[in-house]
Amino acid sequence: MPEPIADGWGRRTPYGPPGGVERLAAALPGRLRDCLPAEIGLGSPWPVRVDILLDEGVTEADVDMWVQGVSPVHADALDIAVSDGRVVGLRGSAADRAGHGRLDPGDRHGGHADAGRLTRPLVREGGRLVESDWQTAMGRIVSRSKELLDRPGGWGRFGFYTGGRLLLEEHYTLAVIARAGIGTPHLDGGTRIWAATAAAAFTASFGADGQPGSYTDVDHCDAIALWGHDMGESRVLWERMLDRRLGPRPPAMVAVDPGDSRAAKEADVHLAVRPGTYVALADALLHELIAGNRYDPAYVDAHTVGFPEVWRVVEAYPPKRAAEICGVSAAQIEQAAEILGSSQRLVSAMFQSFYRSNQATAAACQVNNLHLLRGMLGRPGAGVFQMRPSAQHARETGVGGDLPGMRNWDNPRHVEELAELWNVDPAVVPQGPPTHAMQIFRYAEQGSIELLWISAADPAVTLPHIDRVRRTLEGADLFVVVQDTVLTETARLADVVLPAAGWAEKRGTVTGADRTVHLCDKAVEPPGEARPDLDIFLDYAGRMGLCDRDGAPLVGWHDPESAFEAWKACSKGRPCDYTGITYERLRAGGVQWPCTPSSGHGAERLYAGGRFPTEFEHCQTFGHDLATGAEWGADRYRATDPRGRAFLHAAEHEPSPEALGDGVPLYWDPVSKQPVFNVAAVPATKAAEAAEIGGEQAEGVVSLEVSQRLEEV
Amino acid sequence: MHLAHYLRLLHRSQTALAEAFREIRRGHPHEPDMYGVCERLAVQCGDHARRVEPFVRRYEAWTSQEPERLHRPLFAGTRPGGLGLLRDLHDLYLLATECDIACTMIAQGARGTRDDELLDVVRRCGGELAVQLSWLRTRMRHAAPQALVVAT
Repeated sequence: MPEPIADGWGRRTPYGPPGGVERLAAALPGRLRDCLPAEIGLGSPWPVRVDILLDEGVTEADVDMWVQGVSPVHADALDIAVSDGRVVGLRGSAADRAGHGRLDPGDRHGGHADAGRLTRPLVREGGRLVESDWQTAMGRIVSRSKELLDRPGGWGRFGFYTGGRLLLEEHYTLAVIARAGIGTPHLDGGTRIWAATAAAAFTASFGADGQPGSYTDVDHCDAIALWGHDMGESRVLWERMLDRRLGPRPPAMVAVDPGDSRAAKEADVHLAVRPGTYVALADALLHELIAGNRYDPAYVDAHTVGFPEVWRVVEAYPPKRAAEICGVSAAQIEQAAEILGSSQRLVSAMFQSFYRSNQATAAACQVNNLHLLRGMLGRPGAGVFQMRPSAQHARETGVGGDLPGMRNWDNPRHVEELAELWNVDPAVVPQGPPTHAMQIFRYAEQGSIELLWISAADPAVTLPHIDRVRRTLEGADLFVVVQDTVLTETARLADVVLPAAGWAEKRGTVTGADRTVHLCDKAVEPPGEARPDLDIFLDYAGRMGLCDRDGAPLVGWHDPESAFEAWKACSKGRPCDYTGITYERLRAGGVQWPCTPSSGHGAERLYAGGRFPTEFEHCQTFGHDLATGAEWGADRYRATDPRGRAFLHAAEHEPSPEALGDGVPLYWDPVSKQPVFNVAAVPATKAAEAAEIGGEQAEGVVSLEVSQRLEEV
Repeated sequence: MHLAHYLRLLHRSQTALAEAFREIRRGHPHEPDMYGVCERLAVQCGDHARRVEPFVRRYEAWTSQEPERLHRPLFAGTRPGGLGLLRDLHDLYLLATECDIACTMIAQGARGTRDDELLDVVRRCGGELAVQLSWLRTRMRHAAPQALVVAT
């Protein structure tokens, strides 16, 4: 019986971990599990609770049809209620492996707007945006594009910036247009603002991006570590954790978070570290594990490289030292180490504030280290998550600065592979390195990028240094195309605005945080003349006459399913292999990658048996220095010769270079995306200037010293 | 014995490199990634200079007057724009290379004088300089296509 979630939090459904037999079964590959009785081989003991969320005044009897959909916030499966051609509510999907029927009320309006929708293309006439038609709008973009491409270095005059909320098929099509059609390195996404950190840390530690764990690890685990918890991003997973905590044999919980979140209150140990000191804390935890001999030397020997260097660094971080840096007690650090060091099955989840902190990649690598030192990967109950469920497919398809299919920019064979797949001259595909989002806007500011195409993103509100971003977008020489569902702040500054179909108005797939691929069907028609983003990109490719080497259309697909098939060919043989997934299979429920045609299911966990994608020809990166970003290059990688072993990366704590006074860190506010100071830490100064202060402890206006960096903000 | 001359050369070059990292950061304030890294590397270079200083004093007793043209400035201020940034980084690369090769020479000298303490210091400086050179090379590789081919 579906349950309304009136108070925003539904009924608790406590449960205990599966028995030993089920745990053994969960470690088997999917096709062996198919031979077992269903109650042992499949599923999870987490009780199903089907939530339903209907708009005011709507009852289930009013719903004309339920359409298979995906949560815009969490990328879990759900059903969309349609009445009179409108979306009127949602219902959880009982069969969904991620949510078991649960909804987040934020799904109803998260990431999409019902009001103020764009219904016609707009073009700038005499300084004002006026309504127009597709022919005129696309005509202007194409004529400007051709004019730019005809000049030497034309590829470098294009920049593409996209949000993470497009569908997989749309992201991949954009990547092909940018990399092979225009041939530009200037393609990046909103994922840069922090999901890129998560990807960089996974790639640095394990050889390739990709979430190692499965949501079912929460069922099996006996300890949970939450790093920088943020409720909004992970509600459904959080409910699963809470239900375990209320059931028999609950997992212990450690929360590392400067703030006083709900997770912090729930945890057995809450480490309220000062912002920007995660590395020092993690080093102390690793110190305790190694010094107390609570790690797995056999696993470390067989499956990792870099242990001596990690020990050399963390040896200097006994809890007492970290306690001073982090502002927590040494006893608390020891307590946390006790939990992390004695657990048999540990789940870690890292969240947004972790990824936006000082030394973020290094800190995330230390959490990966913790799991490597204890062999806590690739088996039921042992996994690492980084939570931003809805942007995974953006990273895989290559709109987040990576090459499609998690390929390595510095490996010429990977670039050639793509050129062959797309049947273009390898010289057209930019031979790395890719341009990151802030640099794209810098080139636009300097005038060398002359056409900037922004899809499903609002950088005039969300990027750091927004005053400069706005001035750049307003500039007369920059041709700005914005493709979105509503007239965003960025769209107001555009030369051409294209109305895009929104959530539930188009078909396509998304990939969630445990690599589960979901199909989202079209439930309703887009308003007015709005079109799916895929159709807009396909139209552009067609009008531009983008061709392969033989003169055939470069973008040879025409709808979501054929785009998905093209993406599957691109993913073949890579860590994110989608070749066994079809739309037909997805209609029956989500499937995890990697999934090849010969396997019955996708792989539930990555890195079983301690095998990592770090072979020279397979890896996604040859590595970089975590402190500066200096690329190490192929020679050094060959010399390290990891051969399928993971990397343990050592990192010293370093105060933020953007710190005030005596090393007080600042961080980016998750909502306003502006720098914020920890109030308690602001030093008294002579050269004072008024500035706004936010944060957990206080709000208001106080005086503080403004660093040079901030004078430019 | 001329070891002190080379130590002084290293000391001056490291001090100059530290100042150059700060100058390049001030000269290109709108480059999104320069602030943190340049300040970090400047601090590192200053630290190298400080570590080398006691050895200058240790060996200068045996040293005659400094030979002519021992030290030549390699960086004379920033230039504006994308091409300017590339050229500035190029200068810094040469300056860092001078520090790096000076470390290598001094390490050889330290072996000759059986000075393990000095050997330790220049090895450490050399290791950090290698990362600085990698960073400069990485940053220039990123900037070069746009600065050389696209920008007008």
